[in-house]
Amino acid sequence: MKVWRYGDDINTDMLFPGKYTYTCSTAEEIKPYLLEDLDPSFAKNVSEGDLIFAGKNFGCGSSREQPVIGLKAVGIAAVVAGSFARIFFRSAINQGLLLIECPEAVNACREGDKVSLDVKNGTIIVGSKSFSFPKLPPEILAIRDAGGLLPYTRVKLQQRKKR
Amino acid sequence: MGQTFAEKILGKYAHEKKVVPGQIVTVRPDHLLMHDNTAPIISKITPELKEFGIYDRNLPIIVLDHVIPAASEKNAAQHKQIREFVKLYKIRHFYDVGYGVCHQIVLEKGLALPGMVLLGSDSHTCSYGAVDAFSTGIDRTEAAALLLTGETWLKVPQSIKMTLTGTLQKAVTAKDVILHIIGDVSASGADYCSVEFHGDVRQFSVDDRFTMTNMGVEMGAKNAVFPADTVTTKYLMSIGIPPSKYKSVDPDADATYDREITYALPEIPPVVAAPHGVDNVKPVTEVEGIEIQQCLLGTCTNGRLSDFKVAATILKGKKVHPTVRLLILPASRQVYLDAVKEGVIETLVTAGGTVLPPGCGPCLGAHQGVLAPGERCISTSNRNFKGRMGCVDAEIYLASPATVAASAIHGKITDPRKEMKR
Repeated sequence: MKVWRYGDDINTDMLFPGKYTYTCSTAEEIKPYLLEDLDPSFAKNVSEGDLIFAGKNFGCGSSREQPVIGLKAVGIAAVVAGSFARIFFRSAINQGLLLIECPEAVNACREGDKVSLDVKNGTIIVGSKSFSFPKLPPEILAIRDAGGLLPYTRVKLQQRKKR
Repeated sequence: MGQTFAEKILGKYAHEKKVVPGQIVTVRPDHLLMHDNTAPIISKITPELKEFGIYDRNLPIIVLDHVIPAASEKNAAQHKQIREFVKLYKIRHFYDVGYGVCHQIVLEKGLALPGMVLLGSDSHTCSYGAVDAFSTGIDRTEAAALLLTGETWLKVPQSIKMTLTGTLQKAVTAKDVILHIIGDVSASGADYCSVEFHGDVRQFSVDDRFTMTNMGVEMGAKNAVFPADTVTTKYLMSIGIPPSKYKSVDPDADATYDREITYALPEIPPVVAAPHGVDNVKPVTEVEGIEIQQCLLGTCTNGRLSDFKVAATILKGKKVHPTVRLLILPASRQVYLDAVKEGVIETLVTAGGTVLPPGCGPCLGAHQGVLAPGERCISTSNRNFKGRMGCVDAEIYLASPATVAASAIHGKITDPRKEMKR
């Protein structure tokens, strides 16, 4: 498991260039261009279970959801950041990608630190230090737990139909 | 205790007497905006559409604007798929290739009105606060779910009150004001918040207000709003909408704000946002003389008649520098037509400008004015992220129409005060 470290204000163009937004929509189409203009080594070397640690305002900019779909598809276990831009934050809930807002953990993380997650208890361990992060409200967790917004919506529509 | 704009309007849509920041509410928006991305959105829910249909044919507003006319067979096929969807589900608000940028169309067609809630699968959906609407961006998946159910959740945001005082200096525009503000609070300075503009705002037309609310997302804001006043009412009357057709939502004078910031307008000079961040804002005097190869005048941020008039005043009788391409991108067909009728297009084209079809054009780097490595563009658009105009090794400066026009004449970034006669 590798930790990919980036700075503040990582925008959606860095995560997935705008020029591809109307030609790439599926996870397989998105993967090769992930983080192309930020870190060309990412798409080639990322593997299942890796983490991203970044500064504040991660995912700012466009409403494009390819970054979230792509990061989920390549197996990023969580993005840990100082803060997130709001459309990206919602999008992650919709796709079931785990985001952790924890500036303390980001600040504590040094090159080579071992990082582990305990999602259930809301803690992240960086090196020898443990940090807790806030849980999402129950109505939002329900979306993520259903596997994302579309599976959640399907259930809701089925229930309405039965009534 | 009073309530902010966001608290009032979200309380109204959640059918609750009072809501507080942080509270999660369920709302049914008046409209859902989509554009070329309607194709991937509907492709996600093909079986659900078949089984359940759409929630309401009056809900979606679909505008083809991002890659128009189609730049590739793939784009063309997506546009075709959207037209078929529109026909099948009898979508009421559909605007095909050539009408203009979705945000401008929503404004011009009176689809955003005071006191309404609109959501859209485009980050600049926050624009409609220009006419006292609550509007914000969502992703494609959420747009798909909204098409099916007509509802979603929103967190009631904290609010920031920005009070603008005094009058602007000559050659300083609404664009300079919003860039100055973003430079001050930073790209994350209003994250998750509702931004309200107060103070001496009557000097700002709805065009000006649109420029400013359009860029709310560039400081992280959920929405940005100018509470309705006589400027709003007059504008809406001009497009045939009397006050009886809407009910504005006004923040209370004793509302509680997370932060209150005052900006003295006379102190704001013409500014630019330098590469590669919208909050990398500097007075134009600090970057004067930097050579540019492309000038983009237009987009949903600054592509209205008033913007083109400012540029035409500067470019009248002048020529665009021979090393510069000046691209003119009207925000809509209506703007284009008005600018033709008023002779503004004649002035801009005579000076050496190239008019692009009303749409998003080169703003997002997909076509029509992509930059080459090492090139520099000064643009009236809203983003200067690395790679934004299609090339990671190019640079984008954001500025007002006045600064872009003045720079086009000289082939380098130029203080517009040197070219403004009034």
